[in-house]
Amino acid sequence: MSNVKAGLETQIRKALSEKTIPPQLGAVGSNVGTLMSSWPSDKGLYVELKRLAAFIEQTKAEIAALRPDEVKLAFLPKATDELDAIVKSTAEATNRIMDAAEVISGVADKIDAEGSGKLMDAVTSIYEACSFQDITGQRITKVVTTLKVIESRIDQMIFSAGATGEIAVPVSAVSSPESLSDAELLNGPALPGQGRSQEEIDALLGF
Amino acid sequence: MSVDTTMNVLIVDDYATMLRIVRNLLKQIGFNNVDEASDGAQALQMMRLKKYGLVISDWNMEPMTGIQFLREVRCDDGLKETPFIMVTAESKTENVVEAKKAGVSNYIVKPFNSDTLKGKIAGVLGQF
Repeated sequence: MSNVKAGLETQIRKALSEKTIPPQLGAVGSNVGTLMSSWPSDKGLYVELKRLAAFIEQTKAEIAALRPDEVKLAFLPKATDELDAIVKSTAEATNRIMDAAEVISGVADKIDAEGSGKLMDAVTSIYEACSFQDITGQRITKVVTTLKVIESRIDQMIFSAGATGEIAVPVSAVSSPESLSDAELLNGPALPGQGRSQEEIDALLGF
Repeated sequence: MSVDTTMNVLIVDDYATMLRIVRNLLKQIGFNNVDEASDGAQALQMMRLKKYGLVISDWNMEPMTGIQFLREVRCDDGLKETPFIMVTAESKTENVVEAKKAGVSNYIVKPFNSDTLKGKIAGVLGQF
Protein backbone atom coordinates (compact mmCIF):
# COMPACT_ATOMS: atom_id res chain seq x y z
CA MET A 1 0.00 0.00 0.00
CA SER A 2 2.86 2.45 0.80
CA ASN A 3 4.22 1.84 -2.71
CA VAL A 4 0.92 2.98 -4.19
CA LYS A 5 0.90 6.01 -1.93
CA ALA A 6 4.45 6.98 -2.79
CA GLY A 7 3.77 6.47 -6.50
CA LEU A 8 0.71 8.67 -6.38
CA GLU A 9 2.54 11.42 -4.48
CA THR A 10 5.41 11.36 -6.98
CA GLN A 11 3.02 11.57 -9.90
CA ILE A 12 1.15 14.50 -8.35
CA ARG A 13 4.35 16.36 -7.45
CA LYS A 14 5.69 15.84 -10.92
CA ALA A 15 2.46 17.03 -12.55
CA LEU A 16 2.42 20.14 -10.34
CA SER A 17 6.07 21.03 -11.08
CA GLU A 18 5.56 20.52 -14.78
CA LYS A 19 2.28 22.49 -14.54
CA THR A 20 0.43 19.80 -16.49
CA ILE A 21 -2.51 19.94 -14.00
CA PRO A 22 -4.13 22.97 -12.36
CA PRO A 23 -2.41 24.03 -9.07
CA GLN A 24 -5.75 23.61 -7.17
CA LEU A 25 -5.36 19.87 -7.55
CA GLY A 26 -2.39 20.06 -5.23
CA ALA A 27 -4.89 19.96 -2.37
CA VAL A 28 -6.23 16.69 -3.75
CA GLY A 29 -2.75 15.24 -3.60
CA SER A 30 -2.42 16.31 0.01
CA ASN A 31 -5.83 14.75 0.88
CA VAL A 32 -4.93 11.50 -0.86
CA GLY A 33 -1.73 11.43 1.14
CA THR A 34 -3.61 11.89 4.41
CA LEU A 35 -6.10 9.13 3.51
CA MET A 36 -3.33 6.76 2.48
CA SER A 37 -1.47 7.29 5.73
CA SER A 38 -4.54 6.21 7.75
CA TRP A 39 -4.90 2.92 5.79
CA PRO A 40 -3.46 -0.25 7.28
CA SER A 41 0.09 -1.00 6.24
CA ASP A 42 0.69 -3.67 3.61
CA LYS A 43 1.53 -6.14 6.33
CA GLY A 44 -1.45 -5.30 8.55
CA LEU A 45 -3.93 -5.62 5.70
CA TYR A 46 -2.39 -8.90 4.64
CA VAL A 47 -2.68 -10.27 8.18
CA GLU A 48 -6.34 -9.24 8.38
CA LEU A 49 -7.13 -10.84 5.02
CA LYS A 50 -5.31 -13.98 6.05
CA ARG A 51 -7.32 -14.15 9.30
CA LEU A 52 -10.56 -13.67 7.35
CA ALA A 53 -9.62 -16.41 4.89
CA ALA A 54 -8.77 -18.74 7.77
CA PHE A 55 -12.11 -17.99 9.43
CA ILE A 56 -14.00 -18.75 6.20
CA GLU A 57 -12.09 -22.00 5.76
CA GLN A 58 -12.74 -22.97 9.37
CA THR A 59 -16.45 -22.22 8.99
CA LYS A 60 -16.62 -24.34 5.84
CA ALA A 61 -14.83 -27.18 7.62
CA GLU A 62 -17.22 -26.95 10.56
CA ILE A 63 -20.23 -27.01 8.24
CA ALA A 64 -18.80 -30.04 6.47
CA ALA A 65 -18.12 -31.76 9.82
CA LEU A 66 -21.78 -31.32 10.72
CA ARG A 67 -22.59 -33.57 7.73
CA PRO A 68 -25.54 -31.43 6.63
CA ASP A 69 -26.28 -33.86 3.81
CA GLU A 70 -26.71 -36.65 6.35
CA VAL A 71 -28.90 -34.45 8.54
CA LYS A 72 -31.07 -33.60 5.54
CA LEU A 73 -31.22 -37.06 3.94
CA ALA A 74 -31.25 -39.36 6.95
CA PHE A 75 -31.83 -37.73 10.35
CA LEU A 76 -34.67 -35.39 9.49
CA PRO A 77 -36.75 -37.93 7.49
CA LYS A 78 -36.18 -40.52 10.23
CA ALA A 79 -37.30 -38.08 12.92
CA THR A 80 -40.39 -37.21 10.87
CA ASP A 81 -41.23 -40.90 10.35
CA GLU A 82 -40.88 -41.58 14.06
CA LEU A 83 -43.18 -38.70 14.89
CA ASP A 84 -45.74 -39.89 12.33
CA ALA A 85 -45.60 -43.33 13.95
CA ILE A 86 -46.33 -41.76 17.35
CA VAL A 87 -49.42 -40.03 15.95
CA LYS A 88 -50.60 -43.27 14.34
CA SER A 89 -50.08 -45.43 17.40
CA THR A 90 -51.70 -42.95 19.78
CA ALA A 91 -54.68 -42.70 17.39
CA GLU A 92 -55.02 -46.49 17.37
CA ALA A 93 -54.76 -46.68 21.15
CA THR A 94 -57.29 -43.87 21.57
CA ASN A 95 -59.75 -45.62 19.28
CA ARG A 96 -59.42 -48.84 21.27
CA ILE A 97 -60.04 -46.93 24.51
CA MET A 98 -63.08 -45.27 22.93
CA ASP A 99 -64.38 -48.66 21.71
CA ALA A 100 -64.22 -49.93 25.28
CA ALA A 101 -65.84 -46.76 26.63
CA GLU A 102 -68.71 -47.10 24.17
CA VAL A 103 -69.29 -50.69 25.29
CA ILE A 104 -69.38 -49.52 28.93
CA SER A 105 -71.77 -46.74 27.92
CA GLY A 106 -74.06 -49.34 26.28
CA VAL A 107 -74.04 -51.44 29.46
CA ALA A 108 -74.75 -48.35 31.57
CA ASP A 109 -78.03 -47.86 29.71
CA LYS A 110 -79.24 -51.28 30.89
CA ILE A 111 -78.52 -51.14 34.60
CA ASP A 112 -80.03 -49.27 37.58
CA ALA A 113 -79.92 -45.48 37.68
CA GLU A 114 -77.28 -45.15 40.40
CA GLY A 115 -74.87 -47.59 38.76
CA SER A 116 -75.60 -46.13 35.35
CA GLY A 117 -74.83 -42.60 36.57
CA LYS A 118 -71.48 -43.67 37.97
CA LEU A 119 -70.55 -45.53 34.82
CA MET A 120 -71.54 -42.60 32.62
CA ASP A 121 -69.45 -40.21 34.70
CA ALA A 122 -66.48 -42.52 34.26
CA VAL A 123 -67.13 -42.84 30.53
CA THR A 124 -67.33 -39.04 30.20
CA SER A 125 -63.95 -38.75 31.92
CA ILE A 126 -62.52 -41.27 29.45
CA TYR A 127 -63.88 -39.30 26.49
CA GLU A 128 -62.46 -36.05 27.86
CA ALA A 129 -59.07 -37.62 28.47
CA CYS A 130 -59.02 -39.10 24.96
CA SER A 131 -58.83 -35.62 23.48
CA PHE A 132 -55.12 -35.77 24.38
CA GLN A 133 -54.62 -37.54 21.05
CA ASP A 134 -55.77 -34.49 19.10
CA ILE A 135 -53.54 -32.16 21.11
CA THR A 136 -50.59 -34.55 20.82
CA GLY A 137 -51.10 -34.80 17.08
CA GLN A 138 -51.15 -31.03 16.68
CA ARG A 139 -48.02 -30.63 18.80
CA ILE A 140 -46.21 -33.24 16.72
CA THR A 141 -47.29 -31.49 13.53
CA LYS A 142 -45.66 -28.34 14.92
CA VAL A 143 -42.44 -30.26 15.57
CA VAL A 144 -42.48 -31.67 12.01
CA THR A 145 -42.99 -28.15 10.63
CA THR A 146 -40.02 -26.96 12.71
CA LEU A 147 -37.88 -29.81 11.34
CA LYS A 148 -38.79 -28.72 7.81
CA VAL A 149 -37.71 -25.16 8.62
CA ILE A 150 -34.40 -26.50 9.94
CA GLU A 151 -33.97 -28.50 6.72
CA SER A 152 -34.58 -25.40 4.65
CA ARG A 153 -32.12 -23.36 6.76
CA ILE A 154 -29.47 -26.04 6.32
CA ASP A 155 -29.98 -25.85 2.55
CA GLN A 156 -29.56 -22.06 2.70
CA MET A 157 -26.45 -22.39 4.84
CA ILE A 158 -24.81 -24.88 2.47
CA PHE A 159 -25.72 -22.76 -0.55
CA SER A 160 -24.52 -19.51 1.03
CA ALA A 161 -21.20 -20.94 2.21
CA GLY A 162 -20.54 -22.77 -1.05
CA ALA A 163 -21.63 -20.15 -3.53
CA THR A 164 -20.24 -16.96 -2.03
CA GLY A 165 -17.82 -18.03 0.64
CA GLU A 166 -19.79 -16.33 3.34
CA ILE A 167 -22.89 -17.07 5.33
CA ALA A 168 -25.74 -14.90 4.18
CA VAL A 169 -28.26 -14.07 6.85
CA PRO A 170 -31.70 -15.05 5.54
CA VAL A 171 -34.16 -12.23 5.64
CA SER A 172 -37.32 -13.54 7.23
CA ALA A 173 -40.60 -11.81 6.65
CA VAL A 174 -41.75 -10.18 9.83
CA SER A 175 -45.41 -9.35 10.02
CA SER A 176 -46.85 -6.78 12.29
CA PRO A 177 -49.40 -8.09 14.78
CA GLU A 178 -52.08 -6.00 13.07
CA SER A 179 -51.75 -7.87 9.79
CA LEU A 180 -51.63 -11.56 10.65
CA SER A 181 -52.57 -13.82 7.78
CA ASP A 182 -54.73 -16.93 8.24
CA ALA A 183 -51.57 -19.05 8.01
CA GLU A 184 -49.94 -17.02 10.80
CA LEU A 185 -52.95 -17.69 12.98
CA LEU A 186 -52.35 -21.45 12.79
CA ASN A 187 -50.12 -21.94 15.81
CA GLY A 188 -51.59 -25.10 17.28
CA PRO A 189 -51.63 -25.84 20.99
CA ALA A 190 -49.77 -23.28 23.06
CA LEU A 191 -47.23 -24.28 25.69
CA PRO A 192 -48.21 -23.72 29.33
CA GLY A 193 -48.31 -20.01 30.08
CA GLN A 194 -48.23 -18.96 26.42
CA GLY A 195 -51.86 -19.25 25.38
CA ARG A 196 -55.08 -17.98 26.93
CA SER A 197 -57.16 -19.97 29.40
CA GLN A 198 -60.85 -20.62 28.81
CA GLU A 199 -61.66 -17.95 31.42
CA GLU A 200 -59.45 -15.38 29.69
CA ILE A 201 -61.01 -16.25 26.33
CA ASP A 202 -64.49 -15.81 27.79
CA ALA A 203 -63.42 -12.41 29.12
CA LEU A 204 -61.97 -11.42 25.73
CA LEU A 205 -65.16 -12.39 23.96
CA GLY A 206 -67.37 -10.82 26.60
CA PHE A 207 -69.60 -13.92 26.80
CA MET B 1 -86.13 -21.20 26.63
CA SER B 2 -84.78 -24.74 26.85
CA VAL B 3 -82.49 -26.25 24.27
CA ASP B 4 -84.10 -28.37 21.58
CA THR B 5 -81.85 -31.42 21.66
CA THR B 6 -83.56 -32.91 18.59
CA MET B 7 -81.95 -30.29 16.36
CA ASN B 8 -79.33 -31.27 13.79
CA VAL B 9 -75.79 -30.57 14.93
CA LEU B 10 -72.80 -30.49 12.59
CA ILE B 11 -69.35 -31.20 14.04
CA VAL B 12 -66.27 -30.40 11.96
CA ASP B 13 -62.76 -31.65 12.68
CA ASP B 14 -60.00 -33.28 10.65
CA TYR B 15 -59.17 -35.65 13.53
CA ALA B 16 -61.53 -38.61 13.37
CA THR B 17 -60.88 -39.30 17.05
CA MET B 18 -61.93 -35.79 17.99
CA LEU B 19 -65.16 -36.13 15.98
CA ARG B 20 -65.87 -39.32 17.87
CA ILE B 21 -65.17 -37.68 21.24
CA VAL B 22 -67.40 -34.67 20.53
CA ARG B 23 -70.14 -36.89 19.13
CA ASN B 24 -70.10 -39.02 22.29
CA LEU B 25 -70.08 -36.00 24.58
CA LEU B 26 -72.99 -34.49 22.63
CA LYS B 27 -74.85 -37.78 22.93
CA GLN B 28 -74.42 -37.69 26.69
CA ILE B 29 -75.75 -34.13 26.75
CA GLY B 30 -78.76 -35.33 24.77
CA PHE B 31 -78.00 -34.52 21.12
CA ASN B 32 -78.47 -37.55 18.91
CA ASN B 33 -78.79 -35.98 15.44
CA VAL B 34 -75.14 -35.30 14.86
CA ASP B 35 -73.40 -35.20 11.47
CA GLU B 36 -69.67 -34.99 10.85
CA ALA B 37 -67.41 -33.22 8.34
CA SER B 38 -63.63 -33.34 8.12
CA ASP B 39 -63.01 -29.80 6.86
CA GLY B 40 -64.67 -26.47 6.22
CA ALA B 41 -65.41 -27.05 2.54
CA GLN B 42 -67.23 -30.32 3.18
CA ALA B 43 -69.12 -28.78 6.10
CA LEU B 44 -70.23 -25.83 3.98
CA GLN B 45 -71.53 -28.18 1.33
CA MET B 46 -73.46 -30.16 3.97
CA MET B 47 -74.95 -26.98 5.43
CA ARG B 48 -76.31 -26.02 2.02
CA LEU B 49 -78.10 -29.37 1.77
CA LYS B 50 -79.44 -29.69 5.32
CA LYS B 51 -80.46 -27.27 8.05
CA TYR B 52 -78.33 -27.35 11.19
CA GLY B 53 -79.23 -25.74 14.50
CA LEU B 54 -75.64 -25.70 15.69
CA VAL B 55 -72.15 -26.00 14.21
CA ILE B 56 -69.18 -27.01 16.34
CA SER B 57 -65.96 -26.61 14.40
CA ASP B 58 -62.22 -27.00 14.85
CA TRP B 59 -59.95 -24.21 13.54
CA ASN B 60 -56.85 -26.01 12.30
CA MET B 61 -58.01 -27.93 9.22
CA GLU B 62 -57.12 -28.19 5.54
CA PRO B 63 -57.89 -27.14 2.87
CA MET B 64 -60.50 -24.81 4.38
CA THR B 65 -59.73 -23.80 7.96
CA GLY B 66 -62.31 -23.23 10.64
CA ILE B 67 -61.96 -19.45 10.49
CA GLN B 68 -62.42 -19.45 6.70
CA PHE B 69 -65.43 -21.73 7.13
CA LEU B 70 -66.90 -19.36 9.74
CA ARG B 71 -66.45 -16.36 7.41
CA GLU B 72 -68.14 -18.28 4.58
CA VAL B 73 -71.07 -19.15 6.84
CA ARG B 74 -71.48 -15.55 8.00
CA CYS B 75 -71.40 -14.29 4.39
CA ASP B 76 -74.13 -16.67 3.24
CA ASP B 77 -77.62 -15.27 3.67
CA GLY B 78 -79.11 -18.73 4.14
CA LEU B 79 -76.59 -19.82 6.78
CA LYS B 80 -75.40 -16.70 8.56
CA GLU B 81 -77.73 -17.04 11.55
CA THR B 82 -76.47 -20.55 12.42
CA PRO B 83 -74.92 -20.67 15.90
CA PHE B 84 -71.23 -21.47 15.49
CA ILE B 85 -68.95 -22.65 18.27
CA MET B 86 -65.21 -22.86 17.63
CA VAL B 87 -63.51 -25.71 19.51
CA THR B 88 -59.79 -25.40 19.06
CA ALA B 89 -56.31 -25.66 20.54
CA GLU B 90 -55.57 -22.18 19.16
CA SER B 91 -55.64 -20.15 22.35
CA LYS B 92 -53.74 -16.98 21.52
CA THR B 93 -55.40 -13.60 21.89
CA GLU B 94 -55.15 -12.85 18.17
CA ASN B 95 -57.06 -16.05 17.37
CA VAL B 96 -59.87 -15.21 19.77
CA VAL B 97 -60.04 -11.64 18.47
CA GLU B 98 -60.12 -12.85 14.85
CA ALA B 99 -62.85 -15.39 15.62
CA LYS B 100 -64.95 -12.73 17.34
CA LYS B 101 -64.44 -10.41 14.38
CA ALA B 102 -65.63 -13.20 12.07
CA GLY B 103 -68.80 -13.64 14.13
CA VAL B 104 -68.17 -16.71 16.29
CA SER B 105 -70.96 -17.51 18.74
CA ASN B 106 -68.66 -19.02 21.35
CA TYR B 107 -65.12 -20.32 21.68
CA ILE B 108 -63.88 -23.42 23.51
CA VAL B 109 -60.20 -24.08 23.98
CA LYS B 110 -58.93 -27.67 23.83
CA PRO B 111 -58.57 -29.73 25.91
CA PHE B 112 -62.05 -29.19 27.31
CA ASN B 113 -64.47 -31.17 29.42
CA SER B 114 -68.10 -32.10 29.08
CA ASP B 115 -69.24 -29.35 31.46
CA THR B 116 -67.49 -26.68 29.39
CA LEU B 117 -69.07 -27.98 26.19
CA LYS B 118 -72.52 -28.09 27.79
CA GLY B 119 -72.07 -24.64 29.31
CA LYS B 120 -71.01 -23.04 26.02
CA ILE B 121 -73.86 -24.69 24.13
CA ALA B 122 -76.26 -23.38 26.78
CA GLY B 123 -74.69 -19.95 26.37
CA VAL B 124 -75.51 -20.01 22.67
CA LEU B 125 -78.80 -21.93 22.52
CA GLY B 126 -80.32 -21.46 25.98
CA GLN B 127 -80.50 -23.54 29.13
CA PHE B 128 -80.98 -27.31 29.03
